Amino acid sequence: MPATTQTLRRRAPGLVLIAAAALYSVVPLLSMVSAALAPQGSFPSGLSWPTDPHWHNFVDAWNVANITTLLKSSTLIVLGVVPVAVLISTMAAYAIAVLEIPLGRVFYAVLVLTLTLPYEIVIVPLYEQVKAMGLLGTQWALILPLIGMNMPFAVFWMRAHFAGVPRELSEAASMDGAGPWRALRHIHLPLARPAIASLALLMFLSTWNQFLLALVLIDDPNKRTMAGALQAFTTKYSTDQVLLNAGALLIMAPTILVFLFLQRHFVKALLQGSVKG
Amino acid sequence: MQLTTSPGISHKQGATAARSRSRRGLRARRWAGWLFALPALVFYGVFNFRPVLMSIQYSFYDWDGVGASTWVGLKNYTEVFTDSEQFNSLLHAFYLILFFTVLPVTLALITASVLRQLQGRFTGAVARTLLFLPQIIPGAAAGVAWTWMYSDKGVVNQFLRAIGLDSLARPWLADFTWSLTAVGFIGTWLSTGLCTMLLLAGIGKIDGSLYEAARIDGAGPIRQFLVVTLPGLRNEIGVCVTITIIAALASFDVVYLATQGGPGTQTMVPGVAVYNLAFNDNRLGAASALAVVLTLIVIAIVAPLQRLFREK
Repeated sequence: MPATTQTLRRRAPGLVLIAAAALYSVVPLLSMVSAALAPQGSFPSGLSWPTDPHWHNFVDAWNVANITTLLKSSTLIVLGVVPVAVLISTMAAYAIAVLEIPLGRVFYAVLVLTLTLPYEIVIVPLYEQVKAMGLLGTQWALILPLIGMNMPFAVFWMRAHFAGVPRELSEAASMDGAGPWRALRHIHLPLARPAIASLALLMFLSTWNQFLLALVLIDDPNKRTMAGALQAFTTKYSTDQVLLNAGALLIMAPTILVFLFLQRHFVKALLQGSVKG
Repeated sequence: MQLTTSPGISHKQGATAARSRSRRGLRARRWAGWLFALPALVFYGVFNFRPVLMSIQYSFYDWDGVGASTWVGLKNYTEVFTDSEQFNSLLHAFYLILFFTVLPVTLALITASVLRQLQGRFTGAVARTLLFLPQIIPGAAAGVAWTWMYSDKGVVNQFLRAIGLDSLARPWLADFTWSLTAVGFIGTWLSTGLCTMLLLAGIGKIDGSLYEAARIDGAGPIRQFLVVTLPGLRNEIGVCVTITIIAALASFDVVYLATQGGPGTQTMVPGVAVYNLAFNDNRLGAASALAVVLTLIVIAIVAPLQRLFREK
C-alpha cells in the first residue's frame, strides 16, 4: 500500500535516530559482554562476537568476585535500610501533614533545605562518628547513616502523598473514635500503598548502587554493597580485561534483572521521584 | 469535649476553665503526634543534620583525625581558591555541566520529540527500556564499562579505525587533552535516558489542540517545537537541569572508577578531591572546607533554577 510506504518514509529519519540512541545506550554493555566471553588472559578487542564464547568465565568471575557473599551483604544492607526508612518516614510525613504537629512545618522546611546536599558534605564527619560508635567496617556503618540520609527525600515524598489525601477522611476517622495509630494503620496506610511501593523501589536502587559511603565506611569489600565492592574488584583485576568485564557484569546483573521485571514501575517511580525531587 | 459547651453547665467560669483544660488537652495531643515523627527526627539529626554542621566546624580547623586540632580560621577556605588542584577541580565540575546537563537535555529534547511522533507501540516500548538502562546502573559500573570502551583496543578506537580515522585513536582516559571530555561523555550516557523519559512524559501532557492550532497557523515541525513543545516542557526541563547539574557538581563514583582524577589532575573533580584530602592525606579540615564550598555552589545554582523553572 502506497500510504504505508509513505508514512514509513516519513518516519524513517525518526526511526534511525531512535535506533541510534538505543544503540548508544547498550553498546557499552554489549562491549563488556563481548570482552567477558573472550579467552581468559587474552586481550580482547572492542566489540566482536567471539567464535568460541567462554561462558565459563562468568562462573570463574562469580567465584573471584565473591558474588555469593556480595549478594548476601547487599541484601542485608537493603533490608536494613529500606523497611526502616520507609516506616519512619511515612510516620513522620503523617505527623507533619495529617496530624499537623506543632513545629512540624519547621522540621519539614529543614528537611527540604537539605534535600539537594551532596554526600561529600557529610562523609568526613560520618566517618568520625561511625568510628566513635565502634561500628566502622560493619554493615551497620552503612545501614544507620543511609536511613538518616534518606529522610529528606522520603519524608518529602510521603508528605506529598498525604497532602493529597482529603482532610474529611481523617476527620471521619476521628469521629468514629479512631486514634492516630488506628487511623494511620487502617485508613491511611492502605491508601498510601502505591506511594510506598515507589519509594521502596527508589530506595532499593540508591542503596544497592551506593558507592561513596560504602567505600569510606566499610573497608572490607565483602561487607559492602555491590557497587561499593566494584572498586576493590577493579583494582585487583585491572590487568585481566576478561575477568574484569565478566565480574563487573555480574555485579550489575541483579539491578538489571530487577529492572527488566519491574520496568514499568521503575520508570514510573524514577520519573515521579525526579519530578517530586 | 462537647460536654463543656452543653447548655447544662451554664456557669461561666466553669465553662472557661473547662474549655482551657480541653484546649490544653488538645495541645498535648498535638504534641503527642511528635511520637510519630521522632524516629525520623533522630535518624536525620544524628546521621544527616549533625554531620553537615560538623563539616562546617571541621572546615575551620587543621586536623589529621588523630591528634589535636588547631583553629586556623579561613585558611582552609583560602586554600580552596589558591591551591591549583582544588580550584581546578571546581572548574572541571563546571565543565562537566556541559556534558552532564546541556548535552543530555538537548539530545533528550530531540529524542523525545521524535518518539512522540512514533506511534509504533513495540518500537516505543523497546526504545524506552533500552534508553532507560544506563539510569539504573551504578555510576561505578558505568565507570568500568566506559574505561573498557575508551581503552586502546576498546570500541571507540575500533570505530575510529573502522572509518579510517586511525590518527585520532588513542587511549582516551589517559590523554591529557581529552580525558576530561571523555569522562564528560560518560555523564551524557548516564543522564540522557532519564531526561528523555521525563520530557516524553511532559510532552504527553501538552494539549494536542495546541499543535493543531499551530499547524493551522502554518507552523512547520521546528516552529511547532519552538512555540508549543518547548514552553510546555518548562517544568520538566527544569527538573532535568536541576538533577543533572547536581550530578555533575557532586560526581564521584564515575570519575573515581574511571580515572581517579588522572592523568595528572586532568579529571580531578571536587568529590574525588574531598575523598583524597580526607582519606589519603588525612587533612580532614581541608577536605571539609572543599566540601562546604561545593555544597554552597550547589545551593547557589539550584536555588535560583527552582525559581526560574517554576510554573507561573
